[in-house]
Amino acid sequence: MKFLVCLSKTPDTTTKIAFKDNNTKFATDGVQWIINPYDEWYALVRAIELKEKDPATIVHLICVGKEDSDPIIRKALALGGDEAIRVNVEGRDSFFVATQIAEVAKKGSYDIVFAGKETIDYNGSSVGGMIAALLDVPFVSLATKFELNGGTATITRLIEGGEESDEVNVPFVVSCQKGVAEQRIPNMKGIMGARTKPLQVVEEVMADALTSFVSFDLPPAKAGVKLVPADNPAELVRLLHEEAKLI
Amino acid sequence: MSVLVFLDHAEGKIKKTSLEALSYGADLALMLGLSVNGVLLGTVSDDLGELGKFGAKKIYQLAKDALNQLDVQQYVRLLAEIVKSLDAKVIIFSNNVSGKALAPGLSAKLKAGLVSGAVKLPDISNGFVVKKSVFSGKAFANVAIKTEIKIIALNPNSYKISEKGGSASVEGLAIEDGMPRTKVVATTKASGEVPLTEAEIVVSGGRGLKGPENWGMIEELAHLLHAATACSRPVADAHWRPHNEHVGQTGIAIAPNLYIAIGISGAIQHLAGVNRSKVIVVINKDPEAPFFKAADYGIVGDAFEVVPGIIEAVKHLHSTS
Ligand SMILES: Cc1cc2nc3c(=O)[nH]c(=O)nc-3n(C[C@H](O)[C@H](O)[C@H](O)COP(=O)(O)OP(=O)(O)OC[C@H]3O[C@@H](n4cnc5c(N)ncnc54)[C@H](O)[C@@H]3O)c2cc1C
Ligand SMILES: Nc1ncnc2c1ncn2[C@@H]1O[C@H](COP(=O)(O)O)[C@@H](O)[C@H]1O
Repeated sequence: MKFLVCLSKTPDTTTKIAFKDNNTKFATDGVQWIINPYDEWYALVRAIELKEKDPATIVHLICVGKEDSDPIIRKALALGGDEAIRVNVEGRDSFFVATQIAEVAKKGSYDIVFAGKETIDYNGSSVGGMIAALLDVPFVSLATKFELNGGTATITRLIEGGEESDEVNVPFVVSCQKGVAEQRIPNMKGIMGARTKPLQVVEEVMADALTSFVSFDLPPAKAGVKLVPADNPAELVRLLHEEAKLI
Repeated sequence: MSVLVFLDHAEGKIKKTSLEALSYGADLALMLGLSVNGVLLGTVSDDLGELGKFGAKKIYQLAKDALNQLDVQQYVRLLAEIVKSLDAKVIIFSNNVSGKALAPGLSAKLKAGLVSGAVKLPDISNGFVVKKSVFSGKAFANVAIKTEIKIIALNPNSYKISEKGGSASVEGLAIEDGMPRTKVVATTKASGEVPLTEAEIVVSGGRGLKGPENWGMIEELAHLLHAATACSRPVADAHWRPHNEHVGQTGIAIAPNLYIAIGISGAIQHLAGVNRSKVIVVINKDPEAPFFKAADYGIVGDAFEVVPGIIEAVKHLHSTS
């Protein structure tokens, strides 16, 4: 089996969100960059677990981004990826990124492409599904469990009001979320080994961006909390009924 | 030329989130001077003509039972053909589980720009700019779609369902469907009564509740308010509650009308998934809990005393109104 795991670089979850240049750009000063949690904790770790069960498995990593993505790629190699490919271009939109990844996926004839459920900055939930359509293979989204038996996977996915288990044969694309695996921390051996693992840099292929960012805004500040005394919960219920008209 | 709304369904019923998408599509069509139609793959027991109430002129249906299970690859191929044959210019999905699976594929197939997580009607004064939620609800981005065909996936509970009156005609579609490549082998229902992403009210518990045995009062309050139940991440990690209740930046993002947080501190990663809620109520014994800064109403007090009091007051309200 040959896997391709998508890695996106996102701001740390504690980042204070602010914008600059007349609200047209995300203010990146002082931002700590991490591997998108869905990619690291779930997609990557599950791919590595499957490799641990079947050592013949090859796990390649892919990231569309400039040189500043190398630290997160090295971390993913330390966690257990075999080799990484970086497409040397700043992503312009989901379709642009998906086209770059689909190109690499086609050339490498991978059996499974792993993506995260979504990036925690853009929240597109788009790249995985786009890659699948570009490769014309099945897409199983929002996986919470993932078992592989030969070339057949059984994948549990969250649906509204419950769960569904799907069976699908390779090749396919899967997007992963909580449940698929448990977060891991790289060990010393992994970190040392990662330094010498191949990180291949390839140039972009021609692709269109179908959308573009115009500007950002922050949600309006809250007016402030109205506190109700603890010994009068009925007052809270009255406010929710009469003032907020929600119950 | 038209606006086409994807009608998602389960167990024979059109989903509420699709009615939101239809209401959104109808208002968008009005702005653009187009008509709005719906497309449904599979079969339902609902009367499709009734969808005219929400503004739909025509409902196109590919009425095959085999399509009642979502096979993304096949659905995307069928939808791409349908969009082309109907000359649809804007396609609206709900950004729910099905929408997240389908809209990106359709976008790539048609090379039609997609904005997912839309929260408002587009601004068409200068191009076609859609406001969407980013940074897990901590900000909004205004995104321009540059292609002729446009796709929007509307966040659940972001647009009001509105009835406009009228009735729709139903037209069958004749397109060959193929063998599904993904086979559904089992489905299980969640324990809660109301699906979390569709809920208008959510009652949520955190580590302050001490253990799974104390969730009875959370469930009782949720039941009384016809609400869904949710929890913070450590609660799901400790298996006090199922994973599908975990809300926040790395869990499910929700935007109910009312979010009641009980014994949750309000960490930035938790807030990220819930701060689009219209009204937030916080019950926490620590007056310094960060959640109070994001709250509309609050009680500083012990959940084990306050929540039973709220339950009594809601019962009283129901018995008097
Ligand atoms: C990368 C990353 C991603 C994360 N993603 C998420 C996420 O998606 N969702 C999420 O929820 N968290 C997430 N977290 C974890 C988050 O940082 C917090 O640790 C978590 O939200 C805390 O959960 P809690 O509020 O239930 O528990 P605590 O922080 O332990 O808070 C418990 C609260 O209960 C109150 N309390 C105690 N006893 C009582 C009582 N008797 N009555 C009333 N109040 C009481 C306390 O005052 C306290 O405020 C993430 C963290 C990281 C690093
Ligand atoms: N620049 C990128 N490079 C590699 N993978 C990416 C990139 N952007 C997004 N992805 C993958 O696509 C998933 C969904 O991203 P998005 O559609 O932006 O929410 C992420 O979780 C990643 O797995």
